[in-house]
Amino acid sequence: MSRDARAISDLVVPRSGQSVWLVTLSAAAMAFLAVFALALAVSAAQLARGWSAQLAQTATVRISAPPDEMERQTALVLEVLRTTPGIAEARVMDSAEQAALLEAWLGPDLPLDALPIPRLIELLETDAGPDRQGLRLRLSAEAPGAVYDDHTRWRRPLVQAAARLQALAIVALGLIGVVMTVIITLAASASLASNGQVIAVLRLLGARDRFIARAFVRRISRRALLGSALGTLVAGALLWVLPDLGSTVQPLAGFGLQGPSWALLLVIPPLTMALAWTASLATAFHVLRGVT
Amino acid sequence: MIVFEDVSHDYGGGPLFRDVSITLGAGSFHFLTGPSGAGKSTLLKLCYGELIPSAGRVSVMGQDRRQMTRDEMAATRQRIGIVHQDCRFLDHLSVAQNVGLPLTATGRPLPQGDLTDLLGWVGLGDRADALPPTLSGGERQRAALARAVIGAPTLLLADEPTGNLDWDMSQRLLLLMMELNRMGTAVLIATHDMNLIRFAKSHVQARVLRISGRKLTAAGAEL
Ligand SMILES: Nc1ncnc2c1ncn2[C@@H]1O[C@H](COP(=O)(O)OP(=O)(O)OP(=O)(O)O)[C@@H](O)[C@H]1O
Ligand SMILES: [Mg+2]
Repeated sequence: MSRDARAISDLVVPRSGQSVWLVTLSAAAMAFLAVFALALAVSAAQLARGWSAQLAQTATVRISAPPDEMERQTALVLEVLRTTPGIAEARVMDSAEQAALLEAWLGPDLPLDALPIPRLIELLETDAGPDRQGLRLRLSAEAPGAVYDDHTRWRRPLVQAAARLQALAIVALGLIGVVMTVIITLAASASLASNGQVIAVLRLLGARDRFIARAFVRRISRRALLGSALGTLVAGALLWVLPDLGSTVQPLAGFGLQGPSWALLLVIPPLTMALAWTASLATAFHVLRGVT
Repeated sequence: MIVFEDVSHDYGGGPLFRDVSITLGAGSFHFLTGPSGAGKSTLLKLCYGELIPSAGRVSVMGQDRRQMTRDEMAATRQRIGIVHQDCRFLDHLSVAQNVGLPLTATGRPLPQGDLTDLLGWVGLGDRADALPPTLSGGERQRAALARAVIGAPTLLLADEPTGNLDWDMSQRLLLLMMELNRMGTAVLIATHDMNLIRFAKSHVQARVLRISGRKLTAAGAEL
């Protein structure tokens, strides 16, 4: 469309009409929600990745044995681990470290020496990792009190929870898109309906459907872009100050956007505009078909 | 330009007219008369395709109305100037913008000089920036005629274009339409005004069609 044609297409639809303001308002609200859903999706993905990476390469061997057996079995286990390919490092936790781990559960004044506490050996595995089944067999043959634990039991539900959280966030994003489409379709219908006379006159003067539709579509999608940009800006600003909370409020730690993922927010306004464009264009053509 | 073959129209309460066959040739000049409610406006609406006949065939510029796509209809209307009985403006645009709309809304250039001249001719030079709702009935009709002719149409359809005008202004507008006709535009004017018809017949070859009692007939020499 030429500049003149664009100017006239902006003119032919009267400026009044609250439906167009409702588009701005709802686009702002939806963009605001979309920012948080997006942050949730990104954080959940990061969390899942973080948890699987942190836990994937660590494992422990727990030795439960009578006190007189303990030293011997520990030595045997360490020897087995030393000769197992895929294990980078094995380290016996000292009693202070173990006390620290248990303190969280049992309190500080723990007479550790008097309790039959199992000994823990912390393993650092290489990327490839050991042959876990073979390692278990060798350990049970050499030291019957030793149990290998690769944390799978802990890791899987955590990673699953994070993945589910991410899926929920993506569904939320989809629903926000659906609601946005519905609102814009309704607003476009309302705007077209209240301008029935304008449309009829333009048709009789020989204007093509495309010209008439664009007059409405441009108005609506520009409003959607404006609203969406505002909503994204406000939500983004709030998100920006949120990580300060994270250091003090544990559940919020890690929620938010880091580095390049902030760029994802830039997608929201143009995407809203594209959505508005498509929805209002389809509506306009639908309405126009009823005008001769 | 326009061919009706056995056209009937019915809004749902029985046929308004039946088996109407007419041909409006290029460069022709016709009047359409008849009592109020006989179907003059309806016949004009069939000509520019706002209505589709309930029976029979209407061809507009060589194309069957029923076969035309929406874009073809739009393209055809760009060659037709229409004065509606109720004028129909975009009330939020100025008179000048409304008059220029047939060109600007169809992507054609609007020569400002032509617009000014035309508004001057119909006596609206000083009302160019007014909004349509502030115009008098006669001013509206003059603006409507200006809008109908700005695109140099090959067919002009005017529904009671002088209903609210004094005789001098009626003559002035008729002269404008006759001038267009002289340059090749086919003209069809629906009117009750016998003086207007007589005045035209003294200047151009005009045929008079009369619609009444569900029939369209060619009026005789009594006019
Ligand atoms: N959209 C419509 N729906 C139903 N009936 C209609 C419609 N438009 C017109 N009519 C009826 O059709 C008849 C003819 O109307 P039309 O406007 O064609 O008459 P007309 O000859 O132009 O009259 P006038 O001289 O008063 O302008 C009238 O009885 C009118 O009430
Ligand atoms: Mg009429």
